[in-house]
Amino acid sequence: MPLILTEEQTMLKEAADGFLAEHAPITHLRQLRDSRDAEGVSRELWRAFGEMGFAGVIIPEEHGGSGLGAVEAGVVAEALGRTLTPSPFFGSSVLAARILIDAASAEQQAAWLPKIAAGEAILSLAVDEGPKHQPSRIATTAERSGNGFKLNGAKGFVLDGHIADALIVAAKTETGTTLFLVDPKTAGIEIERTVMVDAHNAARITLKDVQVDADAVIGAVDGGEGALNAALDLGRACAAACLTGAGDEAFRVTVEYLRTRKQFGRAIGEFQALQHRAAHLFTELEIAKAATLAALQRLDAGADKADLAVSVAKAKAGRVAELAVQEAVQMHGGVGMTDEYDVGLFMKRVRVLNELLGDAGFHADRLARAGGY
Amino acid sequence: MTDLETFRAETRAWLEANCPAECRGPAENDEDRVWGGRNAVFKTPAHKRWMEVMGERGWTAPEWPREYGGGGLSREEAKVLASEMRRIDAQSPLSSFGIWMLGPALLQFGTEEQKKRFLPEIVRGEIRWCQGYSEPGAGSDLAGLQTRAEDRGDHWIVNGQKVWTSYADKADWIFCLVRTDPDAPKHLGISFVLFDMATPGVTTRPITLISGKSPFCETFFDNVRVEKENLVGTLNRGWDVAKALLAHERTMIGAMGDMGRPMGQVAVDSLGLDDSGRLDEPMLRTKIAELEIDVAAFRLSMERVGDQVKARQVSPAIASMLKYYGSELNKRRHELAMAAGGSDALEWESERSKGGTPAREWLRTKANSIEGGTSEVQLNIIAKHLLQLPGV
Ligand SMILES: Cc1cc2nc3c(=O)[nH]c(=O)nc-3n(C[C@H](O)[C@H](O)[C@H](O)COP(=O)(O)OP(=O)(O)OC[C@H]3O[C@@H](n4cnc5c(N)ncnc54)[C@H](O)[C@@H]3O)c2cc1C
Ligand SMILES: Cc1cc2nc3c(=O)[nH]c(=O)nc-3n(C[C@H](O)[C@H](O)[C@H](O)COP(=O)(O)OP(=O)(O)OC[C@H]3O[C@@H](n4cnc5c(N)ncnc54)[C@H](O)[C@@H]3O)c2cc1C
Repeated sequence: MPLILTEEQTMLKEAADGFLAEHAPITHLRQLRDSRDAEGVSRELWRAFGEMGFAGVIIPEEHGGSGLGAVEAGVVAEALGRTLTPSPFFGSSVLAARILIDAASAEQQAAWLPKIAAGEAILSLAVDEGPKHQPSRIATTAERSGNGFKLNGAKGFVLDGHIADALIVAAKTETGTTLFLVDPKTAGIEIERTVMVDAHNAARITLKDVQVDADAVIGAVDGGEGALNAALDLGRACAAACLTGAGDEAFRVTVEYLRTRKQFGRAIGEFQALQHRAAHLFTELEIAKAATLAALQRLDAGADKADLAVSVAKAKAGRVAELAVQEAVQMHGGVGMTDEYDVGLFMKRVRVLNELLGDAGFHADRLARAGGY
Repeated sequence: MTDLETFRAETRAWLEANCPAECRGPAENDEDRVWGGRNAVFKTPAHKRWMEVMGERGWTAPEWPREYGGGGLSREEAKVLASEMRRIDAQSPLSSFGIWMLGPALLQFGTEEQKKRFLPEIVRGEIRWCQGYSEPGAGSDLAGLQTRAEDRGDHWIVNGQKVWTSYADKADWIFCLVRTDPDAPKHLGISFVLFDMATPGVTTRPITLISGKSPFCETFFDNVRVEKENLVGTLNRGWDVAKALLAHERTMIGAMGDMGRPMGQVAVDSLGLDDSGRLDEPMLRTKIAELEIDVAAFRLSMERVGDQVKARQVSPAIASMLKYYGSELNKRRHELAMAAGGSDALEWESERSKGGTPAREWLRTKANSIEGGTSEVQLNIIAKHLLQLPGV
């Protein structure tokens, strides 16, 4: 398959970029941030995401979605990266949707998938526990109790966890990992909203003797790892797409600045010291885009070692976006340090996306292990 | 089965049957490669056979048209062929400036007679070519070249000097840039000509590199007769041909960024694993993992650029991006290979090191970011043609 978007995918990209430029440009993020919005995301925008078919991009048509794949989800994620838009897309449309589609019962699917696709419900996946992403070391437990389970533990970096209509909690059971679909209002759950550096939102969630019924289990008891990993890998590939979108946009703005800002009687873009760095960055960004699209395509194809392609993409896109935002601030000089200019917002968003679902170090380690070293 | 799947199955079977065991596994060093030509040398008879059977099918130049001896494959089929060759670790049957550089330029600018005459013998590895671009006074500023061709009616007389001409002492023919109009602005007085290195007046003098090897030469032209029929493209517009050829050369040099055994394996063989199954050199392990990420991403980028070119979504200047990144990557790879080898990799003459292969290859890679236009020149091209920054 050629490593370029198909015609349909290009149309989706134009639709997503166009929609976000019109309805949720960076001023939208600023407005939510500066008004200290109670939820930190716009419900109205989320419903519009439903109408546009973005919220249900990977959800099958029989559940009201668009029935598309990872590449299309990546296209939407990349568009969100360009505009830095806070959206439940990651938590709901990518992570939760993937798990529900792959592993949930018909009742669970019917209860949530149509609502996600419509941009009505917000779901959150609770995996991380410490400051770093370590899904293989989950300490939250679920012990059998009554006709169900009792959950204990603490989760962090739960995207949109403060406004979730339902949580998917990954917990250790006797011989494996189990996924639970949990009502956030259940007794014993405490949720603290954590506004992050990029003005997007996550939550810390503590679970203290939280009693859930047996039908809260998604898929098989002790058998949640497969569905969890599939969702994490889709999320990582989409995070890579979001990173390339953010990096690319920061770069575009910077190149524009190099053309217009004058010092020493000429455009600063005439100085070779800056030209070479811009050319290097361009190269890195193109390479990151190739790695990202390849990972998304491989997920769709169910290809052998798609997980490794995902790690390449997440690590590469993360490093490159990091370079892009650093250069963006530096090449803007003093104004790059101001809150008024957008480049600083890109720097903040990229930092968050880099931590999300494993940073470059996490993925490099995963690749090294797979490579036998 | 789709056509492509059928093609894959047939290709796999054919390669299994025809690729000799001696031609599988990484080529050990530069000299093991097959370059073809009138005075071709082969490491084993199997290497000769491998070049010949691949040449007959046109698979040494898979995407060239069949009428000129090429394989006539579509891009998708060529990708399948490449991946099937990689699957069995098949060595390249033929390394060739004719395939990498001259052929694509001839396909674009050559006359029908030139294509019919030169392309099939390139595909079959019968004629080995060298590149006469650089001169002592014209390196990065290539268009400043001074070698001149005087018009003598049906032929030219060429005088001047080239330098850094790779394999000039082993090549049969040369593609050469000469100044045909000394009064025109520098880019508009250059022509692109072909001639036999056996022509009277051509001499070469090998230059020793830091690797201790001498794969390139000073090349002198003293009243060399060049036939007018061997002009490629338009008179005085050779710069257009030269640039198109450079794009192919740069893509080829860039591809070196994705060669050789996975570095993690190289390092494990040398250094071993610790109790937790990790490379017993944690600092090096991290660097290697980062390199492997860049190599994997770069491989995909080459593929994507190929697809973009096919779909006419990018400028040809994109070759500079591949050249820049791939050559820098290959240098990094060999730095890590030296670190992984430790003091073993320092041996220069021993049997064990196959005559200092790791060290010599490491030193050779330093030229990657110089030959075919330096990294700085590639960055200039990207800044000007792809980013449209002012004042370049
Ligand atoms: C936090 C902060 C505190 C400050 N405090 C003070 C203060 O107390 N007093 C004061 O007077 N100033 C202060 N400054 C201003 C500071 O000195 C300037 O921001 C700085 O000199 C850069 O100038 P500029 O912002 O106009 O960037 P520009 O000059 O527009 O530079 C933009 C980019 O172009 C690059 N560039 C410019 N010219 C060249 C060239 N010839 N070759 C290569 N690259 C080039 C720069 O390196 C930069 O990356 C402060 C700035 C900041 C951010
Ligand atoms: C192993 C090897 C094989 C080669 N094979 C061939 C061959 O087969 N045929 C052939 O024709 N040539 C060949 N070359 C020559 C090669 O193309 C030239 O060496 C190259 O183009 C650089 O030219 P130069 O050596 O004159 O360096 P210079 O042009 O003198 O450059 C010196 C330094 O200045 C930098 N520089 C120059 N101009 C600029 C600028 N505008 N901006 C920023 N930096 C600049 C360069 O990047 C470099 O770092 C080969 C070279 C090597 C090393």
